Amino acid sequence: MAVDATTVDLTRAMVTVPARLADVLIVAPVALPLIGGALALFLRNLPRLQPVIAILVLVVLVACEAALLARVLAEGPLTMMMGRWLPPFGIAFTVDALGAVLALTAGVAGLAVAIYSATDLTVGDRRFGFYPLLLLLVAGVSGAFCTGDIFNLYVWFEVLLISSFGLIVLGGDPRQLDGAVKYGILNLIATTLFLVTTGLLYGLVGTLNMADITERVAALPDGGPITTIAVIYLLAFAMKAAAFPLGFWLPASYHTPKIVVGAIFAGLLTKVGVYALIRVFAMLMPSERLLLADVIGWVAALTLLVPALAALAESEIRRTLGWVVIAGIGNMLAGLALGSEAGYAGAIAYAVHSMLAMTAIYLTLGLVERIAGTSSLHEAGGIWRASPLVAALFLVMVLSASGLPPFSGFWPKAMLVRAAITADAGWIAAAILVSGFLVTLALGRVFLFAIWRDAPAGRPAAGSAGRIGPAVGVGLAAIIAVLGVLPQPLVAVATDGAKGLIDPAAYVSSVFPGARP
Amino acid sequence: MEDVFAVLIGLFFTAAIYLMLSRQIIRILLGIAILGNAVNLLIFTAGRLVREVPPVVPEEAMVPLVVTANPLPQALILTAIVISFSFFTFLLVLAYRAYQELGTDEVDEMRLAEPAREPPPPGGY
Repeated sequence: MAVDATTVDLTRAMVTVPARLADVLIVAPVALPLIGGALALFLRNLPRLQPVIAILVLVVLVACEAALLARVLAEGPLTMMMGRWLPPFGIAFTVDALGAVLALTAGVAGLAVAIYSATDLTVGDRRFGFYPLLLLLVAGVSGAFCTGDIFNLYVWFEVLLISSFGLIVLGGDPRQLDGAVKYGILNLIATTLFLVTTGLLYGLVGTLNMADITERVAALPDGGPITTIAVIYLLAFAMKAAAFPLGFWLPASYHTPKIVVGAIFAGLLTKVGVYALIRVFAMLMPSERLLLADVIGWVAALTLLVPALAALAESEIRRTLGWVVIAGIGNMLAGLALGSEAGYAGAIAYAVHSMLAMTAIYLTLGLVERIAGTSSLHEAGGIWRASPLVAALFLVMVLSASGLPPFSGFWPKAMLVRAAITADAGWIAAAILVSGFLVTLALGRVFLFAIWRDAPAGRPAAGSAGRIGPAVGVGLAAIIAVLGVLPQPLVAVATDGAKGLIDPAAYVSSVFPGARP
Repeated sequence: MEDVFAVLIGLFFTAAIYLMLSRQIIRILLGIAILGNAVNLLIFTAGRLVREVPPVVPEEAMVPLVVTANPLPQALILTAIVISFSFFTFLLVLAYRAYQELGTDEVDEMRLAEPAREPPPPGGY
């Protein structure tokens, strides 16, 4: 060592130059909602101020994330080290195109829910901390998308899980407690499995930094230990993503909380599981993904088909939507099973679509419930006469969630079907198309009965949808329509993200610039 | 030493999985508590076991002269203990509230959110 005993060369272990102000953008997706959540918690005795804080924070957050995405697209992946320790010792925040686009979409979905809930919640719900929990949930989701350290990913999973526990029991209805028990226990087991596997992975490769893991796993010989780790990761993340047959906690719980809570859950939570699957299998362990490709393919096909059939058997609209959320997960898993650049790009584009479309359809169902006073297919009806705007919004959401043009669901699905046919996996393409057909039937029936049919005798659709709710619906519908009519930017970003997964050289060199320590 | 710990961790996992497969919520929760401890032991062992050597660097050297314990797994476990403890507390309260409201702690009987015999969806107007 070239240093004498009295001076220590700090530059070998620590970042010695102060961070540039522009680089603060990398931690903004986490820092802003955390600060906002703390502020909203301090001011919980001022319920009128709560939505104002949340909406302001989320507007700034969306602006920061848009700027971050633009920078990532222009400059490639960006890295910032926590506590100034150099990688692989410090915790890295590394944002690539995949993380940035998903964080931006999550911010938009969170903002939509925050605005919508300004008129949807009682003062009591606000006092019990809906807005702090919402902001912490957004912080957890953004942190999961932006972190470059696998143990830190686990920590963000826990942050979003504990906030979701608070949100799912908000109100304390006995039905909610029933759903929350199943949601809580199964999700905790899934994150514990994630932790076990991370411990095993650390024991095997001796690092937690994702860029470092990528290189060390590639240098490992194929064999038992790394394959075992891959299989437990698949189990843990498939459980979080509610893939068949591990996803029955989702339709057991998502219909019980308040509709705004259901909307943010359906939009964000399962997609974090899918993101973790894509990140781990596409980037960290590509050869293990190849080994498990058939398993993932079968899981994807069953996740596409079984929940779509189950959606047909439900007579409560909220529960139908729970199954539709899972069927959407199948599409993203299909992209992962294909393993080509086109497959990953389709999965990423579908994740963006699914976050927006699922949040939007739950929120629109909230408007339907406000007017009809129920979400049972037996009792709802007459929305078309009561509010043509809500009826039209619901139709847009139905078409989008079913993957029909001209809305956002069509192009990701087209990309996935094409990728499947190119990869000679016609059965995956068939599963995607049949599932889309079944979801169209299920949601089409919901539209026909709850919206189109006249209100059943004795159950007039007399409620009011208010003003802010439909305005949020129109805003989301506009985004969904623009993504459907002008898909090129989304496809370009998704392809960029997919390229970064297949060849993580840019990701690795962003964490380790120049020579390795 | 790692072999002995591996067997012990296996026993912890066995007990945890056995308890989590039962139908009473309280037994499932006990299983989760044991699972958390099994995981902590596993991470500890995965970081390799070392006797109690003080991690002190002698004045004339740049690195410790003997192998000291790896602090990273201990930091990970500390994080995991805090998280799993808070989750366990939350789930205990939740299970108690669910028992109060639903009048049962058998998971098979918790059917309020998903009633057993629901009418099929309407077939026509």
